[in-house]
Amino acid sequence: MDHEERDKPAAAAGGVSRRGFITSVGSGAIGVAAASALVQGAPPQAQAEAVKAGDVSPVALTVNGRTHKLLVEARWSLLHVLRDHLGLTGTKVGCERGECGACTVLIDGKARYACMTLAVEADGHDITTVEGLMSGEELGPTQRAFAEEDAFQCGYCTPGQVMAAEGLLRANPSPDLDQIRHGMAGNICRCGAYAHIFKAVAKAADLKRQGR
Amino acid sequence: MKDDELYFWNGPLPETQAPAPGPVPEPWDETTVVGKPVIRIDAYDRVSGSAQYPSDVRLADMLHAAVLSCPHAHAMVRKVDTSAAEKMPGVRAILKDGDVGTNVPWFAGRGGFSSRLFDPHCRYQGDEVAVVAADTIYQAWDAVRAIKVDYEVLPQVTSVADALKPGAPAVRDGGNAIPPGKPYVRGDVEAGFTSADVVIEHTFTTPCELQNAMELHGCVAKWDGPRLTIWESTQGVFGVQTGVARALNIPLANIRVIGHYMGGGFGAKLSAGKYSVLAPLLARKTGRPVRLFLSREQVCLSMGNRPANTITLKAGVKKDGSLVALQSKTVGSGGAYSEGGTGSVDFVIRELYACPNVQCENANVFTHAGPERPFRAPGHPQGAWALEIMLDALAVKIGMDPIALRLKNVTLVSQTRSGNPKYTSTGFADCLTKGAEAFGWAAARARKPAPSHIRRGVGVAGGMWQGGGGSPPATAIVKLFADGSANLNMGASDIGCGTKTWGAQIVAEELGVPMDRISVEHADTGTTQFATPSGGSKTVPTESPAIRSAAIEVKQQLYAMAAEQLKLPATDLELRGSEVVSKSDATKKVALGQIQAFGRRGLLVGIGYRVPNPPGSVVNPFGVQFAEVEVNTKTGEIKVLRFLAAHDSGRVLNPKMFHNQLIGGITMGIGFGLTEDRVMDDRQLGKLLTVSLHDYKMPTALDAPADKTMVIVDPQDRAFSNTGAKGVGEPATIPTAPAIANAVFNATGLRLTDAPMSPARVLSAIAGQKPAPAGQKRGE
Repeated sequence: MDHEERDKPAAAAGGVSRRGFITSVGSGAIGVAAASALVQGAPPQAQAEAVKAGDVSPVALTVNGRTHKLLVEARWSLLHVLRDHLGLTGTKVGCERGECGACTVLIDGKARYACMTLAVEADGHDITTVEGLMSGEELGPTQRAFAEEDAFQCGYCTPGQVMAAEGLLRANPSPDLDQIRHGMAGNICRCGAYAHIFKAVAKAADLKRQGR
Repeated sequence: MKDDELYFWNGPLPETQAPAPGPVPEPWDETTVVGKPVIRIDAYDRVSGSAQYPSDVRLADMLHAAVLSCPHAHAMVRKVDTSAAEKMPGVRAILKDGDVGTNVPWFAGRGGFSSRLFDPHCRYQGDEVAVVAADTIYQAWDAVRAIKVDYEVLPQVTSVADALKPGAPAVRDGGNAIPPGKPYVRGDVEAGFTSADVVIEHTFTTPCELQNAMELHGCVAKWDGPRLTIWESTQGVFGVQTGVARALNIPLANIRVIGHYMGGGFGAKLSAGKYSVLAPLLARKTGRPVRLFLSREQVCLSMGNRPANTITLKAGVKKDGSLVALQSKTVGSGGAYSEGGTGSVDFVIRELYACPNVQCENANVFTHAGPERPFRAPGHPQGAWALEIMLDALAVKIGMDPIALRLKNVTLVSQTRSGNPKYTSTGFADCLTKGAEAFGWAAARARKPAPSHIRRGVGVAGGMWQGGGGSPPATAIVKLFADGSANLNMGASDIGCGTKTWGAQIVAEELGVPMDRISVEHADTGTTQFATPSGGSKTVPTESPAIRSAAIEVKQQLYAMAAEQLKLPATDLELRGSEVVSKSDATKKVALGQIQAFGRRGLLVGIGYRVPNPPGSVVNPFGVQFAEVEVNTKTGEIKVLRFLAAHDSGRVLNPKMFHNQLIGGITMGIGFGLTEDRVMDDRQLGKLLTVSLHDYKMPTALDAPADKTMVIVDPQDRAFSNTGAKGVGEPATIPTAPAIANAVFNATGLRLTDAPMSPARVLSAIAGQKPAPAGQKRGE
């Protein structure tokens, strides 16, 4: 997956464009008609209506294999719901505007920014967070590779890096260095541990190929 | 910042208890755990998502808070109307100027406080005006937007050049030019220039750089009656504790600050923020825990920066390469409240190379912009940018290899400090020669350019860091349990440098306890001993000797117990694995679990203190970096192909984490040299234009080369402390940008002296034009 593709998640994950998202969350009383309409597959203009802050609607989010039935405000991001309603704080907040990648999760197996995905958009989709890569208490192969290659310093961007790597490897099990760099380009590490991150992704690919 | 002032701590440092006169341990000879590439002790926590960072703390009944920031560069708040906001759903408390508890002085400097928590006189975009706590974060932001503020918008000035013009709007009483300290003078700089064969003078500029750690600034606060607990993203819990105690006038004993994990600081999180005070005030008003973290935009606006600097450097050299005179004049952007940076730009210039005649002046200027804060090696990357590009230019002029020129001027004494004390060690010359060899310097320099618009070149730059030698106070406690497992207790924060891990390695080395049987308790004012914030590349040199002393103290107690049981003198005993063995007769031994007195006690506790470095000498880390770049002369893009870092930071405790510090410092230096630049709308409204991570360009995976190697130069300096380890975090980023600039010169013949070296500037230089102004120079 390249960076450009991540910037336009609409078709692949049933989402809205970044522009549409920003428009929809820009004010207190919000027009999420476009978002909800897309999710339900109807043309946007067919059900244009203003949804007020505080109005909630039901969603079913399948997170790490468990389905949560929740009432969410239309403007709530998936990131907010994961952290503040499901207690899954492994997914981090860095910018809340799709620029840093700290909140990267898998939606239907593809790396996505949870801050740029509304909870209502994620309704019915399969979401994996960093906690979902664990096998019981055991680290998954991508996590293990990051630990062994010291592919982090402060570790705050790390869950997002791990999920971006996981998404990359599910799409391309044997990426070369250039593909790794492009696949990881949507995740900022301010500590600057990129050279170790590249090694970790290559190692994760090895571990996965060996079925470990 | 002068030599003896500490940018990481306000006021004098506490003196620790006098250390017990224990035996001075021998330096380690062979080591089994220290110096090995051990996986971090908390790697699992950080990759699994189980690590709870302060911003992850979720407490029962917790409220979420958001701050209203002034949208203007300069304004007076006439009235804050919260009536509509107060009635909004979920809103539990609003605080603004004049409310109970908010009259808290803020921003120390010039012998007093120059602002307060909600100062109605807003001197930069981002100054705090009000704060709201609500049931959800969305409701808090709704309410922030519903607060009506009547601002009297005042004339502003955000560029340094404009701020110095007559009649410029005054940022602070007393004018915008902060009176510079006395110039630094040694020898006779004019006589030096007269005696020089070659003199070059040039003006260099560096960008205003934002720290922008990945974890936002903020905290969670909870009261239990009179006692307050704060979980804060900080480099130093004790600095937060003292800051909050002073602001709220509550006893130190009643404030517990916890910072077990934190998502980066780079100098911006050394002390308490306004959020550290606002969250407790909101929590007290509502009787509920409050979580207050700033937005990314607010972090870009208010949470510090490396000041933009204009450095005019004049250098004189003899034909044989001896430097004879250096003169610098530096001007810096202090922002609305100056907290450090420009003051130490000249340190590298006056200290790194032997030079008899030196004169340096630094001047800082107030602007209506976010206050500067310490940023990884305050002043040093800027000073190295000027000095190291100048060295390259001098080398060309006198026809000398840049490495040979630097080697010619290596000094073994600190010329800046009074009495010219010797460095306990300097590996600078070795960094130059061993680094050049490993990099393939000679071959790369001899390479003939290919006939292409893509030009390839190599460059070198050196550096040193003013700190990095460590000092008291530091207190560490090591506990050995009856089952042979151990706990290390220390106050220092692990800001990502691996503090917990190398601390545990030292315990493992001394006590023979496997790493997976060691736990670390740290960064908690309620349960650990005082430590200065983790900054200044001094955590390793300050804390590591105290940890080793504590472990040795435990061992001495163990030997005393075993000696009684084995009926041998304690001096004849040593620890081998999990047994205490006689040195003279290896058949006489006892397993830890069989030492009866230890079993009865159940726990041994050793306390170690940091003793001062030897008097009459100074301890500094040094480093040299080599860059290879490609310059696309059609697009102006600079691609960094590889880097080699040869550093003397004394003994390396963990080469894997050491390498990580080097590659991280280089990445940050690439940002400083190529991409990062705080841009303000100087001509119009004085607003910050680079207010997001999209517009403020930090290096990504595509900007940082994969090919980064290191050469460890360990001068075997074992006398200054019992571990012989110096710091590396800051040295790692000092020589990076000028090494790239010198490589660009080698590739193209273009002498770029304004950072960042953007494609526009490269193309302007190619076109033979004056480089395009940027950063603080925009708007001139």
